[in-house]
Amino acid sequence: MNIVVCIKQVPSTETAPRPSPRPPFIDTTGLSWVINPFDEYAIEEALRIKERQGKGEVTVITLGPESAREALMGALALGADRAVHIIGETHLGIDSYATAYLLCQAIKGRPFDLILCGKEAVDDQNGAAGIQLAELLDIPHVAVITRLSVDASGKAVVHRQIEGGTEVLECPLPALFTCQKGLNEPRYPSLPGIMKAKKKPYEVVPATGLAPQEVWGPGARVSVKEVSLLPTRKVGKKLQAGAAEMVEDLVKFVREEVRII
Amino acid sequence: MELELTEEQKLLQKTLRDFAQKEILPGIIERDKQGEFPWRIIQGLARLGLMGMLIPEAYGGIGVDHLTYALAIEELARFDASIALTLSAHNSLGLSHIYKFGTEEQKGRFLPPLARGERLCAWALTEPQAGSDALAIETTAIQKGDKWILNGRKVFITQGSLAEVCVVMARTDKSRGKEGISSFIVEKGTAGFSVGKREEKLGMRCSDTAELIFEDCAIPKDNLLGRVNEGYAELLEVLEGGRIGMGAMAVGIARGCLEEALMYSKQRKQFGKPICDFQAIQWMLTDMATEIDAARMLVHKAAWLKDQGKRCPLEASQAKLFASEVAMRAAIKAVQILGGYGYMKECHVERYFRDAKLCEIGEGTSEVQRLVISRELLK
Repeated sequence: MNIVVCIKQVPSTETAPRPSPRPPFIDTTGLSWVINPFDEYAIEEALRIKERQGKGEVTVITLGPESAREALMGALALGADRAVHIIGETHLGIDSYATAYLLCQAIKGRPFDLILCGKEAVDDQNGAAGIQLAELLDIPHVAVITRLSVDASGKAVVHRQIEGGTEVLECPLPALFTCQKGLNEPRYPSLPGIMKAKKKPYEVVPATGLAPQEVWGPGARVSVKEVSLLPTRKVGKKLQAGAAEMVEDLVKFVREEVRII
Repeated sequence: MELELTEEQKLLQKTLRDFAQKEILPGIIERDKQGEFPWRIIQGLARLGLMGMLIPEAYGGIGVDHLTYALAIEELARFDASIALTLSAHNSLGLSHIYKFGTEEQKGRFLPPLARGERLCAWALTEPQAGSDALAIETTAIQKGDKWILNGRKVFITQGSLAEVCVVMARTDKSRGKEGISSFIVEKGTAGFSVGKREEKLGMRCSDTAELIFEDCAIPKDNLLGRVNEGYAELLEVLEGGRIGMGAMAVGIARGCLEEALMYSKQRKQFGKPICDFQAIQWMLTDMATEIDAARMLVHKAAWLKDQGKRCPLEASQAKLFASEVAMRAAIKAVQILGGYGYMKECHVERYFRDAKLCEIGEGTSEVQRLVISRELLK
């Protein structure tokens, strides 16, 4: 089975990035970068399916700047067979539609039975690119899955957590699924895996060659105008005294300071 | 010598940092208190291939160079020096000794399960009366028919009570000094071989340290490792690799001290500002950082020489000596910067302080390193 896994390199959530007035709208100095955690579930699931079936190929694909190579190398070290790197400055006017469009252009000429994505990237948390990619490829999709089984007849059964229960869905392959925490426990790259990563096929595709500027350049459907931090929460006010006095203080506070009555 | 790390080396560092944060840090304070050997973590590291790092694939290992090995040990020691010590003794002493001086038959038989981490390897030189003066060892091995009969006692042996395979140095000719020592492979379960006291230690508490006892312990004559009576020169060569491991471990501990002190000094406020704004703290931090970089360069230089197939007794001893003393100084400063909190178990640097001391003692004390260096200088 040919499995394509779409991944994104995101800032590690260990450090909180500061907003910046210019694209990419966050100050990237000193940030460490990781594979989006939800994409790690997607990679792990793909590797497990391949291992169970004893055959097939796992292709990891990303859209990102030169430095996103580290994420692809990480995926190759985990056990993916080949990498496709669409080089483009993702933050310069790229919305999820453009991401999906570029991914679609890069994927559609290749053989695939299954496409796995993370349910969303932890940086922008749009959760849209995967589903849009399925629509562009005109294949079925299920989002936010927690269990996946594929059988030889070309059918997949997936579970997804819904409010108060589990939904079990079946769909024909090829299909696209976006992966949620709980699907599996991702492995660590092994030392032999790391040493072999560089020897695996690594294809570089410039974004400019895949799509016209109207899609991902100035013509992007959505563009970021500003990023700001949430206002810091003010310290609360604690009333201390007898019950009667506290009620009086509270009414005074609500009237004079909060001014809602 | 290339100063920029390779993509693989950076990826390995990142993987081990990630592994340490998720698998090693949880429960570390309790494990240290109990002196509990972290089997589950060692098995995890074995799955990643870290128990046979220096051994070629043909014998079940991975076969990375000493520089990559040093980076891995440093990264683990940054979080848990006991684990780094376990791996260092296993890889750069035990396995390297068998790989470097073993026969094809010995390598094929002993290395694969050790390199896969299914079994641990110990390396036994030190005795109650033979520490810095390694030539004073009294454990004897006498050939009787197709057996070697071992008698004697080894102390302070890393993973002594857990190792399934031990490399044991013994005297095979009492009348000769340096030319009368040989090495042997002894397997756990051999009649006459038993484990004595399991030591309670100041630091490195999650590393196993034990006494080994040999009482008319008969091993097959094929378990002689290396050449008879030439063991001393061989063990000195093995120790070069060991000292690279120990140096890397010291760098890791020192880095842990610096990273914890940096983080704390930015958060801790006294007299209305973070304590990192005070020059007294800044100078401690800068001294730590500068010394750590210098120590790492020495370790990498020795590792690089080894990777060129060259001997490096001087460089390995310099790296081990300097790095271990840097680790101790960094630990003293880190505890000082964290003050009262630094003295408490919850803040890690208290553990680094205790762990760091071992680096100045194990695999040759600082004094022995100075002796080795001066001998090389005055040759």
